[in-house]
Amino acid sequence: MAENQAKLTAQDLKSDQQIRWCAGCGNHAILAAVQKALPELGIKKEDFVFISGIGCSSRFPYYMDTYGIHSIHGRAAAISSGTKVTNPNLSVWIMTGDGDSLAIGGNHFIHTIRRNMGLNIIIFNNEIYGLTKGQYSPTSKKGAHTYTSPYGTVESPFHPAELVIGSQGKFFARSVDNNVKLTTEILIQAGKHDGTSVVEILQNCVIYNDKTHAEITDKEFKDDRQLILKHGEPMIFGKNRDKGIILDGVKLKIVNIGQNGVKEEDILVHRSNENNPGIHMMLANMRHPNYPVALGVIRNVQAPTYETSVAEQIKKVQAKSNIKTMEDLFNSGTTFEIK
Amino acid sequence: MSKNLQVIESERIAIRFSGDSGDGMQLIGTLFSDTAALFGNDLSTFPDYPSEVRAPAGTIGGISGFNANIGHALVNTPGDYADILVAMNPAALKANLMWVKPGAIIIVDRDNFDEKSLEKAGYTENPLNNNDLNGFTLVDPPIASLVRETLKEVGLDTKSILRTRNMFTLGMVYWILDQSLEYTDNFFKEKFKKNPLVVEANTRVLQAGYYYAETTEVLTNVYKVPPAEIQKGRYTKLNGNKASAWGLLAAAKRANLDLFIGSYPITPATQVLEELSARKDLGVKSFQAEDEIAAVCASIGASFAGALGVCNTSGPGLALKSEALGLAVMIEIPLVIVDVQRGGPSTGLPTKSEQSDLWQALYGRNGECPLPVLAATTPSNCFYYAFYAAKIALEHMTPVILLTEGYLGNGSEPWRIISMEDLPEIHPPRVFKAVKDWKPFERDPETLVRPWAIPGTKGLEHRIGGLEKDAITGSVSHDPLNHQKMVEMREEKINRIVKDVPDLEVFGEQTGDLLVVGWGGTYGHLLTAVREVLQEKFKIGLAQFSYIRPLPKNVADVFGKFKKIIVCENNLGQFANYLRFNYQDFRYLQFNKIQGLPFTVEELKEKFINVIEEK
Repeated sequence: MAENQAKLTAQDLKSDQQIRWCAGCGNHAILAAVQKALPELGIKKEDFVFISGIGCSSRFPYYMDTYGIHSIHGRAAAISSGTKVTNPNLSVWIMTGDGDSLAIGGNHFIHTIRRNMGLNIIIFNNEIYGLTKGQYSPTSKKGAHTYTSPYGTVESPFHPAELVIGSQGKFFARSVDNNVKLTTEILIQAGKHDGTSVVEILQNCVIYNDKTHAEITDKEFKDDRQLILKHGEPMIFGKNRDKGIILDGVKLKIVNIGQNGVKEEDILVHRSNENNPGIHMMLANMRHPNYPVALGVIRNVQAPTYETSVAEQIKKVQAKSNIKTMEDLFNSGTTFEIK
Repeated sequence: MSKNLQVIESERIAIRFSGDSGDGMQLIGTLFSDTAALFGNDLSTFPDYPSEVRAPAGTIGGISGFNANIGHALVNTPGDYADILVAMNPAALKANLMWVKPGAIIIVDRDNFDEKSLEKAGYTENPLNNNDLNGFTLVDPPIASLVRETLKEVGLDTKSILRTRNMFTLGMVYWILDQSLEYTDNFFKEKFKKNPLVVEANTRVLQAGYYYAETTEVLTNVYKVPPAEIQKGRYTKLNGNKASAWGLLAAAKRANLDLFIGSYPITPATQVLEELSARKDLGVKSFQAEDEIAAVCASIGASFAGALGVCNTSGPGLALKSEALGLAVMIEIPLVIVDVQRGGPSTGLPTKSEQSDLWQALYGRNGECPLPVLAATTPSNCFYYAFYAAKIALEHMTPVILLTEGYLGNGSEPWRIISMEDLPEIHPPRVFKAVKDWKPFERDPETLVRPWAIPGTKGLEHRIGGLEKDAITGSVSHDPLNHQKMVEMREEKINRIVKDVPDLEVFGEQTGDLLVVGWGGTYGHLLTAVREVLQEKFKIGLAQFSYIRPLPKNVADVFGKFKKIIVCENNLGQFANYLRFNYQDFRYLQFNKIQGLPFTVEELKEKFINVIEEK
C-alpha cells in the first residue's frame, strides 16, 4: 500500500544521468522545483511519466528516475494523450519549450487542451530556440534580433495563456524560473488538477537570450513588477504591498491603496475557479510596463476529462451491447451456413 | 411459365448495378450478394463510388456502382466484365458499357432516357433507339411509370415512390438468376419496421420487377448458379477494412492487451477507424486525432503504456507518419500501421486502388530505419494479415506496416467464422517484476528483442528516446562505433523475423516456363488468370507474396525452377526492383498497370501466353 511506503523524496527522483544544461540556465531551477513538488502529490514513483519533444527543455526526462520518453519535435502532447487514455492512473508530465509546444507542436497543444486530456504541460518559455543556437521562436518579442532575424522579427508573438483560454483551457499558471518556491507550489496544484494543466515558466536562456525576462524577474524590481495571485486573496503587490488591481469599466487598473480613498477591500479578489475566463484572460495579458505580470495559478476550474469520459463510455456501451466476445462480433452480421 | 424458357447452368455470373449516388445501388448490390451467399454461392463484390459525396445527378462523375461476381466455381475477383448490367440512367450506361460482355443483359429505365438526361451523359442520340446496343439483350421497361402504377393505391408521396425503382431492377435480376425474394422481403420488414407503408411499397415493387421479367418476351433464358463447393462452416461477408479492424482487435484480445487506435479520417482507410470506434463494447479505445501525426504519436504513447497501439491510414497519411515511425523503430515499441493504398502521388486518386506505397513502406523514413512490411492478398485475409502484423509487432517490439489496397478494403467476400482458440497465441516480451540490474535494452540473444516494461511497474522506471543509445545501458550515446553497432543490430533484428515467415508457395506448376509473381491485392486476378492459362496446358505457376520484409527464406529456390519470371503489380515496378536488389541472379519481366483499376483476367492471360511463347 502506498501509505505504508516511505514518502518519496526529491533524491529518489534523480536519475544517474549527468545534467547537461548550460551553467546558469533556468532549467536547473525548474528541475529542482519538479523534484520538490512531485513527492507532495502522494503518487507512487512508478506512476509518474515524463514525456518531452525536442529542445533544451526536452532533455528533462533523462534527469528524472521515472518512466519517460524523449520523443520527436512537437509531439509530446500527442504521445502523452495515448499514454494517458491507455492508463488514466498515470501522472503524465510534458516538459516542453516555446518552440516545441507553440510552433511545431501548436496543433497538438490546442487540441489537447480542448479535449481536457489529463496531462500536465510545463512550458519553459525563453522566447528563443536554444538547442539550434539562437533563432527566434513564436514567443519572441516583435522586433527581436536573433540569428534568423538579424534586422528584427516582423511577426507578433503568441502568448501561451491566450491559446490556453482560447482552447477552453481549465488550468493556467505562470511562474518565473528564479522563484523555486512559487514554481513548486504551482506544480503541486497542476499535478492535483484533473484535466489539462498548463504552466508557463518564464525561463532564462543564459546563452542566446540572456535577461529576456529580467525586467520582470530582477530582484531589484520584481516586487513592483510581479503580481503573485492566490485564490481568494486580493490582488495586492509592490515592495510596500500598497498597490492593487481593480476593475475599472471593462479594464483592469492599478491603484494605490490609501490614496484617493482606495481601501484594501476595494481591490479585486482572485477567483481562479471562476468558470468565465474573462478576468483570467485580462490578468494573464497584463504586461510590463503598463501592468505587473501575473504569476501563480490564474485559472483552475473543474470539467470532465477526456480519459474518464472514454472509460465511462466504454462501461456504458458494454453494459448494453449484445457483443461481449470476439465470437459474438464474428456472428453479429448476416451469416450463412455452408453444409 | 408461358414463354419458351431455357435454363442455363453457369459457373459464374458477374453483375453490375449502376446509377446516381442516390439511386440505392449499394443497397441492392448488398441485398443481391447476401441472397447469393445464403444460397451457398461463392462471391466477391466491389463497390465503385465517386469521390464526390453527391456529384451532379445524371452525370458520369456522379455514378455509383456495385459489382458482384457469384459462382458455383470459386470466385476470386468481383468480375471484370459483367453478364448483367443494371443502368439506372444514360450516364450509368455510358460509364459501364465498356465493362460488359458481348451478349450481356442490359437493364435500363426507359423513363430516364429523356433528352435532358441523355445530354447530361453526353449522348447526342438515344442509345436505346439506335444501334449502340446491338449484340446485347436490352430490357428497357419504363420503370418510373411502372412503379407509379404499382404503388398508386399505397398512399406514398411521389419521391418515396420513385425511390423504389432500384427494387424493380433487383426483382428482375432475381428472376433472371432464379433467386429467392425471401431474404430481401425480410430485410424490408426489419429495416422499415417503423414504416409499414415503405415495407409494402418495396415488397410490391420487388415483386413487380420479378413478374415483369417473367412476362417480357425479351428474356428467354434463366441462369442458374448452383451452390459452390467451399469449405463447410458458418460464414459472414467481410470487406477488407472491416477484416483488418477485426484482425487487429483479435490480436489484442489474444495477447490480453487493450487495443488503442489513433487515427485520422482518410479515404479509403476510414472504415477501419469507424469499425473500431464502434467496438467500445469490446473495450477498444479509439482516438480521432487532430492530424495523422498526432494519430501515430498517440498510438506510440498507448503502446508505451502497455496497449497494442495501431493506426490506419492511406498513402498521404503514411507520409506524415514517417518521422514518428522512425521514433517507434528507435525506441522499439510495438505498433501496427494499416496502409490502405490509393492512387498517388499527393492526393492522387483517393477512391481508386494502387500498389504504389511499397517503397514508402519499406524505405520512407530518415536514417537506416528497417521495419517489417506485410501485404494482405484478399479482402477476407486482411483479418489474418492484420492479426499476424500485430503478432510480429508485439513479439518483436517493432512497428509493422500492413499494406492493403482500396480494392481490398472495399471489396467483400465470405469469411469463414472462426473461434478465438483457432488463432495462435501471442507472447509479448513483457516484464512484470523488478529484477536487479534490469536494463530496458538488454536483448534476447536469439531474437534481439528488448524487454517491455510499462509505466506503473515498480522498480522498472526507465527512459527511452529518439537519440541513439548505448547498446548495453540504453543511455544516450554519440559514440561512433556504438552507432554502427546499433544500426546493424536494428537491421539484424528485423532480418531475424524471417523465422516467423512461412515459405513462399507456388500455385499451379512447380517448375516450368513462366512464374507469375505478384504481391498483395492482385492475387484474385492473377490466380484466376493463371488457373485459366493452366487449363490451356501451359507450364505456368503463381507465387504471391504477403511477406515483403523479411522475404520468405525459399524465394531463390522457387525462382530457380522457372525459365521466365514476370512480376505483375499496380505501380511502375516497385516490387520487381526490390526483388532485383535482393535476388540479383534472376531476370525479371514486368507487367505494370497504373490506372487506378485492377488487372483484368483477359489482359493477364494474353500477356502470360505471349511471354511463354516468345523466344
